[in-house]
Amino acid sequence: MEDIEHIEKEMKLIKADGRRLDGRKADELRPVRIEAGVLRRADGSAYIEWGGNKVLAAVYGPREAHPRHLQDPARALVQCRYNMAPFSVSDRKRPGPDRRSVEISKVISEAFSAVVFKEQFPRTSVDIFIEVLQADAGTRCAGLTAASVALADAGVPMRDLVASCASGKIDGVVCVDLNKEEDNFGDADCPMAIVPRTGEIVLLQMDGHLTYDEFQKAMEMSIGATHRLYELQRDALRRRYSTTLEDILKESPPVPPPPMPESELPPPPEDDFGPEGI
Amino acid sequence: MSEEIVSELMRAHVYRLASTGQRVDGRVLDEPRKVAIQRSFVKTAEGSARAKLGNTDILVGIKMSVGEPYPDTPNTGVLSTSVELIPMASPTFEAGPPRPDAIELARVVDRGIRESKMVNMEKLCITPKEKVWIMFIDIHVLDFDGNLFDACSYGAVAALASTVVPAKNLGLGEDFALPIEHWPVSVTTAKIKDLLVVDPSLDEERMADARITVTTDENGDIRAMQKGLSGSFSYDEVKRIIETAQRVGRAIRPVLRSS
Repeated sequence: MEDIEHIEKEMKLIKADGRRLDGRKADELRPVRIEAGVLRRADGSAYIEWGGNKVLAAVYGPREAHPRHLQDPARALVQCRYNMAPFSVSDRKRPGPDRRSVEISKVISEAFSAVVFKEQFPRTSVDIFIEVLQADAGTRCAGLTAASVALADAGVPMRDLVASCASGKIDGVVCVDLNKEEDNFGDADCPMAIVPRTGEIVLLQMDGHLTYDEFQKAMEMSIGATHRLYELQRDALRRRYSTTLEDILKESPPVPPPPMPESELPPPPEDDFGPEGI
Repeated sequence: MSEEIVSELMRAHVYRLASTGQRVDGRVLDEPRKVAIQRSFVKTAEGSARAKLGNTDILVGIKMSVGEPYPDTPNTGVLSTSVELIPMASPTFEAGPPRPDAIELARVVDRGIRESKMVNMEKLCITPKEKVWIMFIDIHVLDFDGNLFDACSYGAVAALASTVVPAKNLGLGEDFALPIEHWPVSVTTAKIKDLLVVDPSLDEERMADARITVTTDENGDIRAMQKGLSGSFSYDEVKRIIETAQRVGRAIRPVLRSS
């Protein structure tokens, strides 16, 4: 009995000052860094570091859907494969899909199906690959957030990016973005993904125990977090694609236009505001 | 490695350049691409390395666990190497169980490490006949731009060299670095018609008639070889290839050791 009490005391996930074990406040995200366009072969790619998570996402397509019987004559398929590297977790994971990753792949495919303009690419497939290289709870949210940037990097037309974050309950306190310990010993976990511009929820899962009030608090925290993630996603794309005038001039200095022969000069414009002014 | 088509124009261009000693990416025929190693990339692994060979990008993680030795080697640890050609890395890779090319690749990488006795496996015995350390080398190919044999081998060697065996966690004494004793370097040469190119790029690899991988150790001794594809080599060519592998190996070994 004493032992159990001892363990429970050790498992305290919220400190006396109300902060979490890693020093975060309840509504604080772990550090997130996103980079767009990191792979050469893929049509689009992105890399995300989110707390201790390291996740790569790549997109191929729209390309011919295989096998052919899966093809939809009216629209594109959006297919996702979520996979964990064997070395991404502390006990080696056997390579290949397990039931968990099959389910995650399915709900992520469905989340993106809601935003991709599928009707523009009949009979094709947009293939999204998410590889978890190092896992620290919240890999599906990290993968989805990165995959969204990879889709944009591939130039796949979408209504908006999708941003994803989980929230949950630890020591009876609703918190956003649980880390590994909090996820293992917490009371509830609720990953979600939204379309930030419209507020549509395109992924929602929950396990554990939440009252209706707690659920609302959790959702509000997640929504707040996804808006911050949305900014980071757009920043990553801007860093990849925005070019300043200076960059352009550096790459190809302006060439003066060839002088026009006198006779071919266009006649001076005739308007009501001649050289004399009004 | 792939079914992709190389256009006649590219074939002619690659061959014409090579016959004057040049290559599309500016290298000479016996020059490998730049090798870049980033060690300890993954904290959940006991050792890891990201290796880039030109634009080919792979990630290797080492996981250590305790298990039974094979009955015929009761005093030595166990080594298991696998490669996943994940569909992220190339439009021609598909999900599913490893295909023959991935299995050959894993076995050739494994052979270079095993036969060079890079890791002293006898020091990985805990209780003879009962308990030994098992080393899993898991290779994840992230971006495929040719010559996986060498990229995977470099990544695996660098990852092993960064591995710390988690003995303390399992109550087996203090943690210790893997006992590394040799430094194998794999060098792959492709044959395009009558020409030999070291470290083939993706296009070169796709149009190659034959391929040979030679792994040498720090003394220049040969520790593993594998010939692939349907073409053939003359004995003179094989000798030239081995000499090049020794020379290129000497140049690359410090990169693997010091990163």
